[in-house]
Amino acid sequence: MALLSTRTAKTNSAPNIKLEKKPTIINTFKRDYQLWLMIFPAIIIVFVFNYIPMYGIQLAFREYDFTKGLTGGDWVGLKYFTQFIESHMFTDLLRNTIVLSLTTIIVGFPAPIILALLINQIKWKRGKKILQTTVYLPHFISIVVLVGLLNVLLSPNTGIVGHIMNAFGFHDVNLLASTSTFVPVYVLSDVWQHVGWNSIIYLAALSSVDPQLYDSAKMDGANRWQIIKNVEIPAIIPTIIILLILNMGSIISTGFEKIFLMQNPLNLPVSEVIETYVYKIGIISNQFSYAAAIGLFNTLINFALLLTMNYIAKKFSNISLW
Amino acid sequence: MAILTKKGKNVNDIIFDLFIYVICGIIFFIIAYPLYFVVIASVSDSTLVSTGKVLLFPKGFSLFGYKEIFQDARIWVGYKNTMIYSLLGTFVNLLLTLPAAYVLSRKEFRARRILMFFFVFTMFFNGGLIPTYLLMKDLQLIDTMWVFIIPFSVNVFNLIITRTFFETSIPNELYEAASIDGCNHFTFFLKVVLPLSKAVVSVIGLYYLVWHWNDFFTGLIYIRDYSLQPLQIVLRDILLSNQVFAEGAGSGGAAGGYAQRYADQIKYGVIIISTLPILIVYPFIQKYFEKGVMIGSVKG
Repeated sequence: MALLSTRTAKTNSAPNIKLEKKPTIINTFKRDYQLWLMIFPAIIIVFVFNYIPMYGIQLAFREYDFTKGLTGGDWVGLKYFTQFIESHMFTDLLRNTIVLSLTTIIVGFPAPIILALLINQIKWKRGKKILQTTVYLPHFISIVVLVGLLNVLLSPNTGIVGHIMNAFGFHDVNLLASTSTFVPVYVLSDVWQHVGWNSIIYLAALSSVDPQLYDSAKMDGANRWQIIKNVEIPAIIPTIIILLILNMGSIISTGFEKIFLMQNPLNLPVSEVIETYVYKIGIISNQFSYAAAIGLFNTLINFALLLTMNYIAKKFSNISLW
Repeated sequence: MAILTKKGKNVNDIIFDLFIYVICGIIFFIIAYPLYFVVIASVSDSTLVSTGKVLLFPKGFSLFGYKEIFQDARIWVGYKNTMIYSLLGTFVNLLLTLPAAYVLSRKEFRARRILMFFFVFTMFFNGGLIPTYLLMKDLQLIDTMWVFIIPFSVNVFNLIITRTFFETSIPNELYEAASIDGCNHFTFFLKVVLPLSKAVVSVIGLYYLVWHWNDFFTGLIYIRDYSLQPLQIVLRDILLSNQVFAEGAGSGGAAGGYAQRYADQIKYGVIIISTLPILIVYPFIQKYFEKGVMIGSVKG
């Protein structure tokens, strides 16, 4: 009896099972094999050049051995991390890195927001277009050219900024080769180059503000400043938070190329950061394991900061990256 | 000013507008003037430039800098290399990115989410410089032109932009209709999706092109052979290491000051020549760049 009932149940539900069968990656493979073929090359490239180096991170815990390649060598544990933390460079590197990236964020993060709010106020269409075209342009100049530009313009004897400084009585101030001016020159030139480009995303957010909000604010007698404060700024807050999380995630990863190109013996005490040091130790002096350990130290702090910021943002504003 | 008062507003509004326009004018000047100065300095007499006499218009017209540049073989070797790397590199980038983005935009593709994570994770975490360098060494890519073209040829940010575009502008009904007519994914992608996506193809194509053109890092880390160096490395030597003249007489010695003045003029010229391709196309493609940022800003 029992046997019979199960059999009938089975026969009854058999077609249903086939219909309800959840499509999985495996059983849709035959149908989607063309899609797999199309994405396969991209998977291979990302796997080889992004994931294999992640596997190679273990080099930081091993003694690099030329004969054994990427992951050979004897296990040495945290030897290179302790070596880095105890080295005389450690505090200087960490301080320089944090000072440089924090200043970049504090000055560089609000700048495009302010610019976007300003541009949004312009009613003269042609003028707006000209201003936008101009402020986006420096973003496309290469870093080498930008630093070259700084060198010729800021040169104390022949550069135009040098002449202006002399006219105001600041003689013999070499903006490029002094420990006190390196950070301002780095940060301000960064703002100069990217402020326009970074404002696009805020302008996009501003353009999607509901026009009815403007109308009702005007009906309530709000003046222009009150509209900015109570309508426009709240409208771009989500964008601001997302970008802030992303920026905090890279707080101790500074722009290697620009710092490297701006370095000279005179400003080195403030311009040597973790990434440039990794390059010098690893690529120039071939101490691969030590450099990998320093690099990993940097990556881990970044990743931890990103997660923390994301957590804080999620908790207080319900906005997060994922 | 006529624009401001035309509508007959109250005094506060006019003051507010005036304030906005003054600030914007200052910003415009700060960003535009250095660029303009390089242009006029490159065609002016170098003595007048170095003593600060050239401010608004070129003075003592001279093409000395450009003449020297045209005789300098290093720049043209770098130019040729960068041309090859940029064009070939961008081609490979598009060849990999576009089909992958199409696949990730297909809702019926089961592995979509997990593959998306596979790509996006690399934006936040990486192996770092040293393991990557040793990998290139093991793959024998160091000191070859392929190191500019093959590694990192899929940029995840561009992949997301393209995928978002396909998702929002290629309706699924289009694929259903095409598949009834016997289209498979390959032909649908080539004959329907690509022709409809000219905007996004130009956006990410240009992103990739500019990236290749300005790439300095790859040459610095992976290339030792000078004949393979891209333009940016040559520029570094001329602009920053002060090796302005091929003979190496950039600075120092009794003629140092004299040489330095000419060196500066050559530098202004080099800045113009190396940025020229981007400056020429910039006005035409500017609207596409903006579009790219806006598509990308839709949370993926």
